[in-house]
Amino acid sequence: MGSARLIVNRLSLELAFRYVLGRRRAMAMSLLGITFGIAFFVVTQAQTSGFEAFFIRTILGTNGAIKVSDRFQDMDGTVSRTDQDGKTRFSFRSREESRYTEGIETPHLLRKALSQFKGITGISEILEGNAILDGGSRSYAISFHGIRINDHISVSDLGNQIIIGDLSSFESDKMSVLIGSRIAQRLMIRQGDRVTLKGGTGNIQLRVAGMFESGVSQIDKNRIYLHLAKAREFKGERFSGSIFQVGIQNPNVAPQIAAQMQETLGHRVVSWQEREKVWLDVFKALRVSSAITVSSILLLSGLGIFNVFAIMVIEKTRDIAILRSMGFSGSDASAVFLWQGIIVLFFGIIAGTLLGILATFTISQIPLRIRGIFSTDSFVVNWDIAHYSWAILIATIFVSIASWIPARRAGKIEPAKIIRETL
Amino acid sequence: MTSSFESEIPSKPLLEALDLRHSFVEGEHTTEVLSGVSLKIKPGEITAVVGPSGCGKSTLLYLLGLLDRPDQGNIFLRGKEVSDCDDKTRTTLRNQEIGFIFQFHFLIKELSALENVALPLRKAGDSIPESRKKAQASLTKLGLGDKSHRFANKLSGGEQQRVAIARAIVNSPSIVLADEPTGNLDSENSNKVFNLLSKLATDENLSILLVTHNNELAMKCNRVIEMRDGLITNSL
Repeated sequence: MGSARLIVNRLSLELAFRYVLGRRRAMAMSLLGITFGIAFFVVTQAQTSGFEAFFIRTILGTNGAIKVSDRFQDMDGTVSRTDQDGKTRFSFRSREESRYTEGIETPHLLRKALSQFKGITGISEILEGNAILDGGSRSYAISFHGIRINDHISVSDLGNQIIIGDLSSFESDKMSVLIGSRIAQRLMIRQGDRVTLKGGTGNIQLRVAGMFESGVSQIDKNRIYLHLAKAREFKGERFSGSIFQVGIQNPNVAPQIAAQMQETLGHRVVSWQEREKVWLDVFKALRVSSAITVSSILLLSGLGIFNVFAIMVIEKTRDIAILRSMGFSGSDASAVFLWQGIIVLFFGIIAGTLLGILATFTISQIPLRIRGIFSTDSFVVNWDIAHYSWAILIATIFVSIASWIPARRAGKIEPAKIIRETL
Repeated sequence: MTSSFESEIPSKPLLEALDLRHSFVEGEHTTEVLSGVSLKIKPGEITAVVGPSGCGKSTLLYLLGLLDRPDQGNIFLRGKEVSDCDDKTRTTLRNQEIGFIFQFHFLIKELSALENVALPLRKAGDSIPESRKKAQASLTKLGLGDKSHRFANKLSGGEQQRVAIARAIVNSPSIVLADEPTGNLDSENSNKVFNLLSKLATDENLSILLVTHNNELAMKCNRVIEMRDGLITNSL
């Protein structure tokens, strides 16, 4: 009840407002500190999480959320061995140390089992292999992915990654191939050209249906897509050796679904989070690091506000004493200083948020060419309300502490002592 | 030791102090400022408290004004014990029953004269228009009706003290406690301020307890209490 009264004490608010206006310069400095603190926080988070989100979109669009690959040799991670004396012995190993049989042995059964999991949006069977791509004048070592195009576009962003040609011509021509943009550049291949895939069981001639650009340079300079049946024929593996790329509705729960799949299906199942752990950790470290750095600006503004308010309480002890003499309580006096903090915080949040939005937009327009783990020609930013919420929360904590300490002191001032000492 | 000197005014006391004792502690050193003071203030009475510096005049004023608590003794306001009331009650009493005037006007410089005077009314719960109306009337009564929108630092010393008086009386308190109210003013303004207080006491049956070093001013009061070394030594 006491705190409720404190908050709704309009008279204390009005006095606080007058005091704030009475110290414009000091309050403006405090306000600027909060404004820039919030804006910088938002901008840095928008950038780091923007690049991270872009990276995630890229890798999800290219390699999918979940990959089901090799079958465990032993379901329980154990190996049985029969000794010379005829006794069977078991050696227990963790699943990670278990031996695998390369690829999926019974794709149709596994597909059926996978489709039973909740939240699955698509399953694409892929046969991977390495070969030499001969463009006529040049040859280049590549990794081929045999796919069923309709299945694959349900688990990847390949449809949007095509930069030359189209998927329909790939789909209609079983002897066609989609080539990574960097491979096409190196081999100087154009759409419609004939290329030869060498290695495997023999050479096959394919027509270039189009080029794709995933944004991941390692993929764009290394990968080609051909039809699954043709890949099987080329590799000489009619039924086995393939992997599954699985799309799910909520990529954030991929680790949990992957763990369930691995436990149930007896195949190695890797989520995108596990697959890209190194890069995700780098992004996380960058995000946390920038948050800590920028929070220090807010901390400094908090210290500035503390300083301003602490001095103000000393300067205003006489006012506080006279207010007490005319019927203000200690909590009323505290409220005057708490309100000052709230006023500065309120305007700081508004100004900081607006500046943050403006700065984020401006930065997103700055040209920046990045080719590597993803491809972009400008700063990538992520518009996320959580960044603003965090910035406001941190600013609120610092300003609350900075105002509360002097306010508490103001509430404890003994009016008689102050008046006696003033005379 | 208790000293008690009472005038012969028969009416019931508005404010009564019984055996007030108070001391200040500084480190290991304790200084007794009031050593057992008893007095009665009657309605409409102007009482002057005189005595040398450090004799406990101001301390007595702050105890009677509920700004401080006595170490020992009792204070009665309209017959009701108030010295051991909780802070909330004391705060309300200061707002409703007691007005303070200090040597230095103690106006809030960020507010206009009108806003300064309206503060006790706003605190009492009056609306802004209502409090402004009453504050304006109070300032007009003290001859400052045309300067109500000026800020404190735009007023002369005498005007500032009159604003402080307006603030002290705006809530129609029972008693005004004035600590050297003319101590910072020239003789002309001192007389003006005292005449105002005197008129208020007469017109509104307001009790005034005045701490002063000015013997001439004290002699104009209904009653003079002399203090020395924390005790009342004489009451005229």
